[in-house]
Amino acid sequence: MNKILIESLSLQYSDGTESLRDVSLNIRQNAVTVLFGPAGGGKSTLLRCMNRLNDLAEVKASSGRILIDGENILDPKLDVIALRRKVGMVFARPVPLPMSIRDNVIYALELAGEKRRVKLDEAVERSLKLAAIWDEVKDRLDAPAIALSGGQQQRVCLARVLALQPEIILLDEPTSGLDPISTGKVEAALQELKKDYTIILVPHSVQQAGRTADYAAFFLQGELIEYGEGKSLFTAPKQKKTEDYVTGRFG
Amino acid sequence: MKSIAKLFTLNRHLTERIGFTAITLMAMVTVLPIVGTVIYILIQGAPAISLEFITGFPRDGMREGGILPAIIGTLYLALGTAIFSVPLGIAAAIYLSEYASDTPLTRTIRIAIINLAGIPSVVYGLFGLGLFVLFLNFGTSILAASLTLSIMTLPVIISTAEEALRAVPQSFRTVSISLGATRWQTIRRIVLKEALPGILTGVILGLNRAVGETAPILFTGAAFFLPRLPGSPFDATMALPYHLFVISTQVPEMPIKIQYGTALVLLAFVLTMNLIATVIRSRARARRQW
Repeated sequence: MNKILIESLSLQYSDGTESLRDVSLNIRQNAVTVLFGPAGGGKSTLLRCMNRLNDLAEVKASSGRILIDGENILDPKLDVIALRRKVGMVFARPVPLPMSIRDNVIYALELAGEKRRVKLDEAVERSLKLAAIWDEVKDRLDAPAIALSGGQQQRVCLARVLALQPEIILLDEPTSGLDPISTGKVEAALQELKKDYTIILVPHSVQQAGRTADYAAFFLQGELIEYGEGKSLFTAPKQKKTEDYVTGRFG
Repeated sequence: MKSIAKLFTLNRHLTERIGFTAITLMAMVTVLPIVGTVIYILIQGAPAISLEFITGFPRDGMREGGILPAIIGTLYLALGTAIFSVPLGIAAAIYLSEYASDTPLTRTIRIAIINLAGIPSVVYGLFGLGLFVLFLNFGTSILAASLTLSIMTLPVIISTAEEALRAVPQSFRTVSISLGATRWQTIRRIVLKEALPGILTGVILGLNRAVGETAPILFTGAAFFLPRLPGSPFDATMALPYHLFVISTQVPEMPIKIQYGTALVLLAFVLTMNLIATVIRSRARARRQW
């Protein structure tokens, strides 16, 4: 089932850097969709459009629609706070907020008005377990999150997003700074999570794209070149450019 | 040839040595004035310090007794200045750092703040006399003096607070917004909390400057001599720096130890505030999580 419909999305930044050109894409529910391609291709921009984080950037012009469950989220009248609670985001570098592990996880819930201690404790345990970090931190939830290793921090950041019980999770090169073991843990967590969530991942390598993708979209300089099931796209790409990139002829 | 090259290297080492020594000496020289001043005032002023000096009223044309009204007056002025300048200064800093984009308006505000910091303090005094004492009819009062000192203190508070706010990593803001926080929630729960030690340091340093100034309160709130403590913000008050000026220049046959005793109290006041600011800053730096 399609969760997100992107219809002819175009976008240009004020400084003329990265942009999107007429991108149309249907993203499936309960699957990992990978957006990959060389840097400057518009992957991050597309992610940041989906939770309207791009509102913080200087955008010169944009057109097109993004429908989530049939609602155009680019509508200026949309409640962006509610959208961001529904569409969570994990960034390339782990950014633990300057507080304890527990407070990081419940930060967004508290802002959303949840005050009941029981509910918050429940959310902490549930989301840390989902992010595969519970066993490593359960005895030191009140320690500062910054004291954890990079890989642990990134999973706490994932848990922080999961605490809100979003429907969609956006991940922008979440493992770019992590060691292979931590990367493996994050990837494994994603495979578990896709049962309940729609996951959109910008991988940090083609190899990761190949490992994780149910569906894959190849972006080059703001254009969507090819989109299809991960298996077929990586083994038998239809477009020459995709093949050249996947086989490492450029990039 | 070889020996010449050797001579040159030797020379380079020697030049470097001499250069470093000279720089080190000059750096040490800068410490002398402050140490010298403190020691001199300590030696000259310490004999005057007693319980009566701190808690008593001046007697015998201020040649005897204590300086309590000046101490209390300075405290009132510091408090009054804080009441006006701290909320305004922090609000302005938040606006400049968090909300304002780079427009002609914000550039004008910034230039105004920089220039405000460069105005001689006596000009503030005259401005305060014109606006607060006469036009707004507050009279020569704690209120008028505090407002005048507030204007003088604002640039220090605004610029240090803005700097402290900007030092908080942008990524905290992005993450907080992405988690469904509003801008204001982000500022209140993350940015302000992290910038607070820096802001506090700026506030203390700003107030410190206000406490030590004579010129701005000269026409706006300082009294030559008062037989009692001020009872309301509309009363004039004695203050340490002005009192020091008065007893050093306006009263004949003034015992020197009273002058230096007053200077010592003022110095202790200012240095204590500096010390507090330093402690806050270093403790925050040790605890900082970024």
